[in-house]
Formats: sequence, structure tokens, C-alpha cells
Amino acid sequence: MQDFSTLVGGTAGEGINEAGVAIGRLFNRLGYRIFMYYDYQSLIRGGHNFSLVRASEHKIGVHLDKVDAIVALNQETLKLHKKRLKESSIVIYDSEKVKVEELKARACGLPLSTVLNDEKAPAIMRNTCIIGGFCKATGISWPILEEVLRKHIPKEADLNLKVARRGYNAAEEIIKIDALDRPGFPVLTGNQAIGLGLLKAGLEAYVAYPMTPSTSLLHFMAGYAAEFGLKVVHPENEIAVMLMSLGLAYSGVKTAVGTSGGGFCLMNEGLSLAGMAELPAVIVLGQRTGPSTGLPTYTGQSELHYVLSAGQGEFPRFVVAPGDAEEAYSWSGVALNMAWKYQLPSFILSDKTLSESLYSFDLAAAGERREEEPLLWEEGEGYRRYSYAETGVSPLAYPPRKGEAVKVNSYGHDQMGITTEDPEITKEMADKRLAKGQSLARELEGYETVKVYGQGSTALLCWGSNKGVCIEAGKDLGLKVVQVVVLSPFPAGKLGEAMRGAERLIDVECNSTAQLAKLAGLYGLQADDLVLKYDGRPFSLEDLEEELGRRDA
Amino acid sequence: MNPKDLESYARNTWCPGCGNFSILNAMRTVLAQLHEEGCPIENFVLVSGIGCHAKIVDYLKVNSFYSIHGRTLPVAMGIKLANPDLKVICFSGDGDSLAEGLDHLIFAAKRNIDITLILHDNRVYGLTAGQFTPTSPQGFKGKSTPLGSKELPMNPPELMLASGATFIARGYTHGIETLQKLFREAILHKGFSFVDVLQVCVSFFNLYESYNRRVFEVKGNDTSSFEEAQKIIRSWSYDNSEAAIPLGKFYQVDAPTFDQVFPGYEIKAVDRDAQIKKVLEDLT
Repeated sequence: MQDFSTLVGGTAGEGINEAGVAIGRLFNRLGYRIFMYYDYQSLIRGGHNFSLVRASEHKIGVHLDKVDAIVALNQETLKLHKKRLKESSIVIYDSEKVKVEELKARACGLPLSTVLNDEKAPAIMRNTCIIGGFCKATGISWPILEEVLRKHIPKEADLNLKVARRGYNAAEEIIKIDALDRPGFPVLTGNQAIGLGLLKAGLEAYVAYPMTPSTSLLHFMAGYAAEFGLKVVHPENEIAVMLMSLGLAYSGVKTAVGTSGGGFCLMNEGLSLAGMAELPAVIVLGQRTGPSTGLPTYTGQSELHYVLSAGQGEFPRFVVAPGDAEEAYSWSGVALNMAWKYQLPSFILSDKTLSESLYSFDLAAAGERREEEPLLWEEGEGYRRYSYAETGVSPLAYPPRKGEAVKVNSYGHDQMGITTEDPEITKEMADKRLAKGQSLARELEGYETVKVYGQGSTALLCWGSNKGVCIEAGKDLGLKVVQVVVLSPFPAGKLGEAMRGAERLIDVECNSTAQLAKLAGLYGLQADDLVLKYDGRPFSLEDLEEELGRRDA
Repeated sequence: MNPKDLESYARNTWCPGCGNFSILNAMRTVLAQLHEEGCPIENFVLVSGIGCHAKIVDYLKVNSFYSIHGRTLPVAMGIKLANPDLKVICFSGDGDSLAEGLDHLIFAAKRNIDITLILHDNRVYGLTAGQFTPTSPQGFKGKSTPLGSKELPMNPPELMLASGATFIARGYTHGIETLQKLFREAILHKGFSFVDVLQVCVSFFNLYESYNRRVFEVKGNDTSSFEEAQKIIRSWSYDNSEAAIPLGKFYQVDAPTFDQVFPGYEIKAVDRDAQIKKVLEDLT
């Protein structure tokens, strides 16, 4: 077995995400690399939720439409997803709630409510019980299930295990999933990878107001605050979030904020302040389907142009769009380092797919990032916060400094930080800010800001979480894949080199206006064809391959 | 330290007769005194918003963050959380803190964070040349309300009392000694301190004559009593009446401050690599 996909479905509040995560961890324990897409709606109870867990021998970053197993906690799951079944698929279901007529797949029913009643277990444990049955049906041994549950669901472990065991005993083995003889990787979401990458690079404070799909990053940071000596603040709104982060940065505390498009709208005045006052800022922006409230729990890539030009006035910014957990970890550290080295706003542009999907995370492949120290002021003649330098970067000092005043300013200002509207100084300061952008661009020459996978005369152009689907489709169809990792400063030169040898360029994005293609067009690179998806759902591998097939790619 | 030593080279552009001069002079004197008394000047950070008031930070050779309209307090809260040893003083206008940034004002009081806010309450937008603000009296004929504003004014000290501020006072820009006394007490107070300063805008809303006739200093009041403070505060509601206007300290109580109760961890002492390894093991 090289590839095995499982769909777990039920209603909100039944622990569908947790069930998916547990199945992902089981496969990870067997040595597989996993990817899990979690589909849910913006409600607390009811509705239909499902997790698509894919396990493979190889590193993956996309789900498949077709599945090898359906784990159905309710009838709706089967009704909605029956079409995903193959001849060889199996179905594990709650025999007291689900009827399985005219099903080609082999099925195994478990009396979940009876088991829970017998064991006096709460209703939420239906998912553990059915996972027990899933393991038996797929030949995953009891000791492995016991190990995974004990480690990852320590709350009421004994009762959970009893319930799982009952499910295990009630099922029969239908197929046998082989264990791969290798250790598993950590399994984490894109948001967790972003969080760890920031912490690795020296993050000291995280400020956020809850908003999907970035809320789980706030929870992650708050959960680990004590271990990392992290200040985590949840203020009154995103306006306060952004401004608080600038107050922290002024005082030398490395800070990040997290939000989605709507919250980022409120941060814009603070963003522009960061640009003018030359304060380091790190913004984790998880995109979802817009405009406005849109589809809060679904995905999109429609904020690229917004992020590139948000905030009044002109100032340089760093924008990176990681494509998977390893890049999220590694590039989040870079984003923090760049914000402080060049005293400017840095964006980690994610989306719901990256932020909330689960990935097998290979730390060795992610590469080690270190905290890089900003340019600090040494004692000397009077400190000037905005002293001129060829690089545009003035040394930082944080209060208190005896005999000195550290003055930052949103107004046009002189080197000391005192307001001025003098035309000469106004221009010099604008040039200073531009120089920082150029210095940043020079430093990024040393980074892999554009990535190329495979080869072929046709190339797929992508960014962000579409990396996974494009690489796999490219491999299947013999296409080259070009991923633009850094969007600002735009790596036009590297993109040009990456395109060498490609005769045809197909742009793949989750938006309706081909924002990356338009951006590349400004630098003279024209896409020949567009594959755009903007229904809130990420591409499955089949989605993209069919679309490419229609285009004779 | 002589208060003059704190003067910066910035050219002052307030109108002659502007109430802001009193606030600047009083603050400069208080800062210099506190420095002499062992609270070093480099430990102060001044934060301003946007409006005539905000220029004050340019005029002082002290750490400062010249922020944007309405946002003094979130900036100041970030600075205080970053380093609770810093003394953070906000200067804000009535348009600034009561209109554009009212949410932050209420939350700063609710958190009782150890920050001082001086409200340059001139009851008019000066820098944008004369519109009504949240504390303008009803009927104020500004350029955006030529027929007179239809709204009742806000009573900022009352709002602060309801929101949880632990130091509430009112000063007037005629009366520099009271102003100095109030600034000093407000800065030394542990918790969120709010000083509403009736600051006269000579160009767009000259209330000198009215204020001079009506202000009086409260004496012997029980500043620990919420009810008494409320009564004094409510005796004038920024309206058009001829009611006497109380000045002085209305309220002061001790309560835990946000910067003290906020989980403070030893930032640099963490072995990040070891912690990350542990998190990754937990997630495997």
C-alpha cells in the first residue's frame, strides 16, 4: 500500500477534527507521511464536518477526492461522500445511526451508542469507539492504537481506551495496512509550524484577536507561553493588536500579530505607521474566502495584491507565502529576522488550507533558522533614531538609555525623530525607506525565494498552499513547477531564471483574478493559461489534473 | 535638572495663548522634579496621538512615540507590557481618545494598566479648524455642524469612573500649580490615572472667560469613595449650564494593575531549541 485516504464525517461537535487527527497520527506512527484537510462550517453544533486524511509513503501536501475508507458517524456522511468510494474501499459506520444499502464497498457497522451506554462514556467518545473499529478493519494493531491514544488523548485515557477496545473487538479485519519500517514525523498544522518558526527565531510576544483561520495560532501561542517566556495578549480589537505590537517593538520586544483579511483591514493604519516610524512588525495573515465575512472557515488566495499595497503611502515590506509546514517553519523565522534587520513590516501570508491542514513535518528538511540580531546602537555621540546610512538602516536603541531620547514618529520627521515638513528631509527620509527595501532585496538574493520542481516544457506557476497539489500534478503529468515563495520584494530575476526552458506557463491560484499572474506580468512574464479555483475549497489532486487535462497540459 | 534642560530644538507652533503651553510647562517641571527625586528621565516614555496636543512630544527631549489619531493607549500599553519599569505618559485630545479611540480608553481603565493619560480637553477639533468633539456642548456651531450639534456631550471622568480607572482628576490650564500637583500625583499613582485638563483653544473655542468664572477646587473630599466621586463628577456635565466646575482629584483607589498581574516570564532565559524539540516530540 502506497497511498491510503480516509474520510471521517459527522456533525459539528462530534470531534471530527480530533478523529481525523488521531487517524493521521496512527498512520504517522506506522511510518507514513500524512496530509489532512479539515472541512467545517462556521457553527458550533450541527452542520456537516469532515476530515480527509491521506497517508502516503512520500511527502504529500494535498488530499485526494477518492478515498479508501469512510468512517461515518452519521447518515449524511455516507450520502454526501458515497461517490468518493472505490471498489476496494471500506466503510466503518455507526450501525445504530447509519443504514448502508446498495453499497459496493465492504462495510463494518459498530453499535456505538450501546457501547457508550454500557461503558457510561460521554457521547463525544463515539469517535474513539469508531476509531477502534477502524483500526481493526484496517489491520492496525491494538498496541499501536493504545500507544497513540494514550499519548495524544490523555484526558480520561482509561475510559477512552475501554471504548476504543470495544470498537476494536466489535469489528473485523477487512484489509491490512502495512507498517513502514521507519519512524514517524511530528504531525502539525501550518499554524503550529508558523508559531514554532517564530519562536525559534526569537519571538517574545504574540498579540492577536481571534479570527479564523488564525485563531488556532493564538491558542497555540497562549498554550506554550510559559514554556517559551512569551507574552501573549488578546486586546480589544485588531486596531489595538497592531498598535500594541508597535509599542512592544519600540521597546525592543520581538512581536508578531495574527489575523485574517477582515482583521487586517483594521490593522492598516498601524501598518502604515510601522512603515513610517520604521518599526519592525510581523503579521501572520491567514486568508479565507472573501470579500467581507465571506466563507469564514474556507480557503482563498485573494489577499495578495491587498497585502502588497496595504497602508497609505509608500514603504518597503517583506511578504512570504509558505507552501507547507517546513516552509512555514523556516520562512516565519526569516520573516521575523527581516522585520528586525530592516525595521519594516513582514508578512507571513498563509491561507486556511495551510494554516489548518495537518502535515508530516520534517525538521531536517525545513532547515535550521537562527535568530539574527538587529543593528543596535553602540554608545557614542547623541542617539538619533533615524540617522542616515547607506543601507537605510539606522541603529536601534530601546529606552531607557541614559542621557538619550529615543523618539519615533508617525509624522514626517528628521533624523532625531522630531516632526518636520521640510521638503529636502521629506525626500531624504523617503529615500532612506526605499534604501531599506533595496538592502532587503540584496539580502534575499541569498535565499531560495523561487523554487523549481521537476522539468518540462510546460510550467505551472503557483504560490502558497498550492505548492503540494502542483508538485504532485507536475510529477504525474511531466510538468515543471515554479513556486514563488517571496512575493515582496518580488524576485523577478530568479523567476525569470526559473522559467528558462519552459515554453508554456499555466498559472494555478485559488482566486478569481489570477493575482500572481498579474504580478508576474508586471515583470514581463505572461501566463498562457489560468487554472483558478475560488469556491472556497482547496484543489484536490484530481481537481487540478482534470483541469490541466482539459488544457492539454 | 532644570526644566529648561528638557526643551528640544523643535520650533513651537501652538497659537499664542493656547492652553497647551500650560500643560507643557507643568509636565516639564514635574518630569524634572521626579528626575531629581530619583526617577530618572530616561525611564519616561511619552506617547501622543494626533492633533494640536500631540506636538508636545516634539517639544520635550524625552523618549517618545508620536503615534496616530486615537491610538495613544494601545501603543502605550505595548510599551508598558514590554518593560513595566518604564513610566508611560499619554497625551491625548478629546477627539483623539473620546471619538477615534474610545474603545482603547475604556479598555485601559478596565485593565487598570499603570499608565497616565493627560486629556487635552479643548472640546473642539483645533488642527482640522473647528468641528465639534464628544465633549462640545450641545448646540456647538462648528464647521461640520453649522446649525449646532444635536448631541449631548460626554462626561469623560464619569466614563472613567464607570470603566475602572483608579485615579481620576480634572485640571484647568489657568492654574499651573494645581496642574503640576495633579500631574505629579497621577504619574506616581499605581494604576490607570486619568487627568481631564480643560485646555482652552483660543482660536476655535475660547472658554477662558466662562471657565474663569465657574471653576473651583474641591477640597476635603473622600477620594476613596466611588459615590462621592460620582457626585462631584456629575455636578457638571460639560453642558451649557452655568454650573460650577470642580477641579482637583476626584477619585483614587488601590487595585491590582494589569502590568503587574500579566503573566511575566523571564524572556531571555528560555532554551528555545530544547523547548521546540519537546513540542515536536509531543506532536509526533
